[in-house]
Amino acid sequence: MSKLLEVKDLKVSFDTYNGEVQAVRGVSFDLDKGETLAIVGESGSGKSVTSMALMKLLAGQGFIKEGQVLLEGVDLVKKSEKEMQKIRGKDISMVFQDPMTSLNPTMKIGNQIMEGLIKHQNMNRENAKKRAIELLNQVGIPQPEVRMNQYPHQFSGGMRQRVVIAIALACNPKVLIADEPTTALDVTIQAQILELMKEIQKEVDSAIIFITHDLGVVANVADKVAVMYAGKIIEMGTVDDIFYNPKHPYTWGLLGSMPTPDSTDEELYAIPGTPPNMLKPPVGDAFAPRNEFALEIDTVMEPPMFKVSDTHYAATWLLHPDAPNIEPPETVKQRMQGFANTGRKDGDK
Amino acid sequence: MTRYILRRLWYMFITLFIIATVSFFLMKMLPGSPLNAEDKLSESQKQIVLEKYGLNDPVPVQYAKYMGGLVKGDLGISFAFDNTPVTDILVDRIGPSALLGFQALVVGTLLGILLGLTASIFRNGPLDYTSTTIAVLGTSIPSFVFAGLLQYVFAVKLGLLPVALWGEFKHTILPTIALAIHPMATAARFTRTEMVEVLHSNYITTARAKGVTESGIIWKHGLRNALIPLVTVIGPMAVSLMTGSMVIEQIFAIPGIGEQFVTSVMVNDYPTIMGTTLMFAFLFVAIILVIDLLYGLIDPRIRLAGGSK
Repeated sequence: MSKLLEVKDLKVSFDTYNGEVQAVRGVSFDLDKGETLAIVGESGSGKSVTSMALMKLLAGQGFIKEGQVLLEGVDLVKKSEKEMQKIRGKDISMVFQDPMTSLNPTMKIGNQIMEGLIKHQNMNRENAKKRAIELLNQVGIPQPEVRMNQYPHQFSGGMRQRVVIAIALACNPKVLIADEPTTALDVTIQAQILELMKEIQKEVDSAIIFITHDLGVVANVADKVAVMYAGKIIEMGTVDDIFYNPKHPYTWGLLGSMPTPDSTDEELYAIPGTPPNMLKPPVGDAFAPRNEFALEIDTVMEPPMFKVSDTHYAATWLLHPDAPNIEPPETVKQRMQGFANTGRKDGDK
Repeated sequence: MTRYILRRLWYMFITLFIIATVSFFLMKMLPGSPLNAEDKLSESQKQIVLEKYGLNDPVPVQYAKYMGGLVKGDLGISFAFDNTPVTDILVDRIGPSALLGFQALVVGTLLGILLGLTASIFRNGPLDYTSTTIAVLGTSIPSFVFAGLLQYVFAVKLGLLPVALWGEFKHTILPTIALAIHPMATAARFTRTEMVEVLHSNYITTARAKGVTESGIIWKHGLRNALIPLVTVIGPMAVSLMTGSMVIEQIFAIPGIGEQFVTSVMVNDYPTIMGTTLMFAFLFVAIILVIDLLYGLIDPRIRLAGGSK
């Protein structure tokens, strides 16, 4: 059976004054109905660019250089802008990072939600209005009839993000991309929004791509995790694979640098150095210069994806049969142990 | 909302009162008298005239009399223009100025918005550069230069339109164009800058992610947000256009209020000077009020407290 969404060897570049910046360098993943994939990585790892490329909404000089984005077997990369306008908001939609600026300040909330319904589902205003009220109800906004006629500035940040989610969900999209939807919100609101997204996923059965740098969020919402570094997925697996049995040294670093309730007085681990300049991607493994476990081959040749299990893959030479047996650092091991003991999902009861 | 408007009207009244007072005394400090040119009058004849118009009274008394008339809506009688009431002169003269100003404002801002919009959509392309060049020329070259050029080309060389004078619609075309250049350039610059910024904003990305078409992005989501700052500059621009451009009215021999004002200052026609000044002031504060109210209509964020429940 074919997957709902298949991304194959996606490459995205930006033409800049200084040359071509290779923001995404061959990303592949797939997604089933009702599944949640979390894409994690530090700033500049290409996760947001990947998501914008899926919508074909790359800003400015960005372009898809190579690869396929198959939605139910149909390649979106080959679609024209006109055809994409019929797909955006209907089959794929998106929730953005900053709810304070992602709503039109001079348009009533109701109209902003109804816009997609009228366009994609040929609803008349009356039906669209009914559906919009329903959606506001669904995302937990009280008094939706009154709220419909209000403007964004009359909503709090959390409420605005709920509206943005309502807009994204309006046409029951097959794929919902959430680009750091909780980053701009305070922690209590974050939890509410995540809870809301999980609930809605159960009702609507969309696949969600969750882009974040917050591993706590990942553990909370995701089924699968893709760890991105320098425009590539360097480790991919189920949440259990990534949290209990990470294989890539970069993933170790990420897990190690995540604060947990038990980490009180010990110093938080930090990955040394900075990500590489994507104007001139390095030869070999892009992470090698920051990797204390780097092997000689890392500076010469890029590691392929090694299979750890049916669900778990990682691109590090450490998984090669000839590689020395290297254990993750002690602190990371303790972390993994901790996750296993607490039943991993700290947000899950 | 009503309370707000009432309060604003009260402020308007105070503003006008202050302007009336200050200009009255400033005017009285001007050298000369309305009878300067009347050399043939004997001293006693002059006294009779001055007595008749109340100009022999002490200035504060004159002021009180004038303000008393003003409250009743009486602007006095012109000294110079055949003893016509000033109100009549103003009514007579404001027509052509207001018509020209209105035409210029509408034509100028609409063209300017279109020009700026085109520039912002085809950013950094030839259309953008053309539009920017037009805008820069429009702001930097004074309108009387354009007026002269237009007269030379369309009236003298091509003979398509009358050189000057007033009466029919065809007489308004050239002065309207000359007056419209400046508002057009201003509107074009503002629209372009704002639109470029708006098109890069997050809510435009949200709209695109909804599948909104390019024209929907520009007209429905973009333009309204881009025009908000323009409204602020249009206000004062509207006043200066509608109260008449003295220079343009001179060039095209238009019997407008601007031309009238200049003449009345020259001959010390006190009631007319006061009347014209007060009318300018009134239009100015009135338009500012209208703009402020319009602002709330365009931008819900600054809708006035208590305006909507």
